[in-house]
Amino acid sequence: MAEHNLFLLLACLPFATSLILLTLSPGARGASTWLSGLSLVAGLAILAGFLSGIRDGDVLRASMEWVPSLGMNLAFRLDGFAWLFTTLVLSIGVLVVIYARYYMPARDSLPRFYALLMAFTGAMQGILISGNVLGMVVFWELTSFISFLLIGFWHGAAAARDGARTALIITALGGLCLLTAMLMLGHVAGSHDLGVILRSGDAIRAHPWYGAILALFLLGAFTKSAQFPFHFWLPGAMAAPTPVSAFLHSATMVKAGVFLLVRFSPALGGTEAWFFTVTSIGMATLILGAAVALYRHDLKGLLAYSTISHLGLITALAGIGGPVAILAAIFHICNHAVFKASLFMAAGIIDHETGTRDMRRLSGLFRPMPFTASLAIVAAAAMAGVPLLNGFLSKEMFLAEAVDWHNGTWLDNALPYFAIVGSTLSVAYSLRFIATVFFGPQATNLPKAPHEPPAWMRRPVELLVLICLIVGILPAVTLGPTVNMAARSVVGPDLPYYKIAVWHGVNAPLILSLVAMGVGTLIYVFSAKAIATGPEGPFLLHRIRGQRIYDWLLFRLTWRLPRLALGLVSTESLQPQLRLLVLIALAVAAASLWGGLSLAPELRLHAFNPAFALLWTVGAACAIGAAWQAKYHRFAALVLLGGAGVVTCVTFAWFSSPDLAVTQLLVEVVTTALLLLGLRWLPKRRSEIPEDKLLPAKVRRSRDLVIAVAGGLGIASIAFAVMTRPVVSNVGDWFLGNAYYEGGGTNVVNVILVDFRAFDTFGEIAVLAIVGLTVYGLLRRFRPAPESVAAPDQQTQADSPSLDDYLFVPSVIMVWMFPVLIMLSGYFFFRGHDLPGGGFAAGVTLAIGFLIQYIATNVRWVEARITVLPIRWMGFGLLGAVTTGMGAWIFGYPFLTAHARYVHIPLIGEVPAATAMLFDIGVFATVVGAVVLMLVAIAHQSLRASRMREMDEAAARKEAA
Amino acid sequence: MEIILSAAIGILSASGIWLLLRPRSFQVIIGLCLLSYAVNLFIFSMGRLAPGAPPIMPKGGFVDPTLYADPVPQALVLTAIVISFATTALFLVVMIASRGMTGTDHVDGKERSQ
Repeated sequence: MAEHNLFLLLACLPFATSLILLTLSPGARGASTWLSGLSLVAGLAILAGFLSGIRDGDVLRASMEWVPSLGMNLAFRLDGFAWLFTTLVLSIGVLVVIYARYYMPARDSLPRFYALLMAFTGAMQGILISGNVLGMVVFWELTSFISFLLIGFWHGAAAARDGARTALIITALGGLCLLTAMLMLGHVAGSHDLGVILRSGDAIRAHPWYGAILALFLLGAFTKSAQFPFHFWLPGAMAAPTPVSAFLHSATMVKAGVFLLVRFSPALGGTEAWFFTVTSIGMATLILGAAVALYRHDLKGLLAYSTISHLGLITALAGIGGPVAILAAIFHICNHAVFKASLFMAAGIIDHETGTRDMRRLSGLFRPMPFTASLAIVAAAAMAGVPLLNGFLSKEMFLAEAVDWHNGTWLDNALPYFAIVGSTLSVAYSLRFIATVFFGPQATNLPKAPHEPPAWMRRPVELLVLICLIVGILPAVTLGPTVNMAARSVVGPDLPYYKIAVWHGVNAPLILSLVAMGVGTLIYVFSAKAIATGPEGPFLLHRIRGQRIYDWLLFRLTWRLPRLALGLVSTESLQPQLRLLVLIALAVAAASLWGGLSLAPELRLHAFNPAFALLWTVGAACAIGAAWQAKYHRFAALVLLGGAGVVTCVTFAWFSSPDLAVTQLLVEVVTTALLLLGLRWLPKRRSEIPEDKLLPAKVRRSRDLVIAVAGGLGIASIAFAVMTRPVVSNVGDWFLGNAYYEGGGTNVVNVILVDFRAFDTFGEIAVLAIVGLTVYGLLRRFRPAPESVAAPDQQTQADSPSLDDYLFVPSVIMVWMFPVLIMLSGYFFFRGHDLPGGGFAAGVTLAIGFLIQYIATNVRWVEARITVLPIRWMGFGLLGAVTTGMGAWIFGYPFLTAHARYVHIPLIGEVPAATAMLFDIGVFATVVGAVVLMLVAIAHQSLRASRMREMDEAAARKEAA
Repeated sequence: MEIILSAAIGILSASGIWLLLRPRSFQVIIGLCLLSYAVNLFIFSMGRLAPGAPPIMPKGGFVDPTLYADPVPQALVLTAIVISFATTALFLVVMIASRGMTGTDHVDGKERSQ
């Protein structure tokens, strides 16, 4: 159990550290370094504790509930391979943390950087120790996203942004392919458990889906591992801070792809398709990467292409398959991580201390920085595969595998030649790195005078180079057993112990190695001058750039194509969109009701009432009139709209809905006031627009008339068909029966709103508050059209003294109405639970009370006397509603459970005192706040306009004076 | 009665739809208001018409649901009325802001190009 928990701790530790780091202040450089470093060391300690069990062939498992409803758990699994890889990641991580402390400039927030780095470590570790392939894909995508943030850490630079975006697009697309592959694998194997999938290799290879699974899986692995033709994201990612490059491109990120290849080789490998695809892509990448690396002038560019090349080597080994090749691949993963991390760090030191990474400018650095130079030379020699260094051993094993007979196909026969070309080129570029940077005349025109870095910036490099040497000289006692353990966990327990030795006698690989070194040196010596002055690629190859093809594609796909498609299927014009909306609604309704819409056999009709008919004659006239007049006679249209509203309101009252009638009437008042306020800012339209008389406009109008009539007929017939049907019992009956007993109120509509369906009401008042704030926010930046700024005619023509007392009596009455309206509002509110009324009606009534004061006098007069704080009303209203709802939690009931009772108050009698009433207070306050906020915000625009006018006049007077 | 109300709903929604398709923003806002009346009445009428039977209960005792109007459509429409006021306000503000910025009250922010 302790082991189980420690394992979970190991999985969560980096993420937890990342969260803690985010809380540190940007200046906490020391604290954040210690925290991240110690967290990684703790992880390493846990791993060390697991070693003895793992060495015996144990597989450690742990799981955490993740999505229990889907039966998905976050399962972890640690075997020898995962153990070795995780140890590698965490160890390099510690060194990168130390290095970054000195590398990152003071202006960057180190805690933020470490937080990203820790999260990335956690994600990478998650890929390695996932026991469930879906969890593995999640961590895989996580590394893509966090690497996006890390590569783009210096997001001020365009190169960093582009590099980060390219890396994200390529690796995340690969991740999607991988997800599909994993889902298919899970389906074929019958489980998403990693162990099960690895064991069911035969079933997978025999399955008809094998080809598709393999293709998708390899797309995922190749994109991540920067294999040809997806390699170009890696050089672009060099815009990242060097510690990121040292971490991502040595031990993590790109290694995730080869990890996957090695891990799944028992399940997917061993077929001809696997051999041909993986080996040929690996070899192509090996040679291409090495060839381009030789020509790169940027130090990190050279290392980037060298990384691509070495990843190609590992991929080729995974493709060859077989126990020894897998062992060699694992061994090279470790060796490459060690020497490449040290080289990136050394390149970072050179960049840091000289100010440039251009190899055409760097020269003779051995004298000013001898220690760094020696370290870098040893590491570069390891990269080239010089004997007695770790790189030599794994490259030797690679050459042996290439020479070995496997299946006799042409590719198998050609492998030694490819391998020797790759090795030769890698000798050449390593030599170029050493010779140009450290030897030759000392450079004089560098941005900074070169000198040795701070001691602790060099320590990680020293340690890594030391490992290169020790592993290179004493492989059998250092890494040998661990690599064997890792290979055994991949291939199977019956793998014979492979003894890694420095000296195997004079054999083919050794001869090939020596040939590569000799030819590589010659290539560099004879082409050094041409390379230094030439373009950054061999022969014609620099003209064909993956990056350029990608950019072209990206531009087409994300810029040209969407615009083309938009031009074809979209319009910015509102009218066609609305027309389409209406037509689709009509079509859908017609299609679903065609033949199904019938009248009930026995129509349920109420007796005809002439008063009601007259009422709706007026209402229909109002509606049609409003439609008729809305263009040229807005005020008339507004009055007619109000007429239709009042008729609607009477209809509600007629058919037993007093609550609706009250609310409709009140809302009608505020809507009309609102639209009247809005009219002020629209252009005057006295003369007809000439185009309206032309034929196209007439055609448009007739077409819209047809649509409108069709819509009206449709909705009328549906309404009639439903209204004349007998009632079917529904949820409303339950509400009617239980309103009093459960809700403690006799007005069922109100009880539904504040008790039974209070959560819906809560959502609605939240919407109201949001709209209020939006209106307020939009109007704060409002600028009226220039012609609307001038005082309206009604004000400018008020010269005659008779207009001074215009509406004087009504305004006095309106001011006096204020307390009456407050009382009316209270009346509506308190009777709401039992009789028509309630929070909505009361809120709108109070808002009308405020509004009338504004209409009766003017903004300045009102605001000198009353302070209305509508936003606070809304805030307290919402808070009140939420607190009432949460109050139910105290008693162990769900959110918004109401309690109802009646309280006897002397002289008044029985008063309903349900907690729903508290909720209704919230509704009330929110409605008051939102309505007042909107109306006052629009009313204030006149004030602002008049202020602007006054300022203009003052400026004009000043100018005249 | 039913036939009058359904005709009323039809006329209100036809006027609303017609205005919705017009080019001037004020026409559209009036259209939205008319349409919201129509829709509110439509939802309300789905509970059937029941004159003289408001859903106000006696305090206690047996309740016969057939004697009262259906309260559910009423509760739905009550909040719809308030929300439609809010959307009208929002649209109005967008309308006058667009008018201030573009100098026209055409819904597209520019006059139709002939």
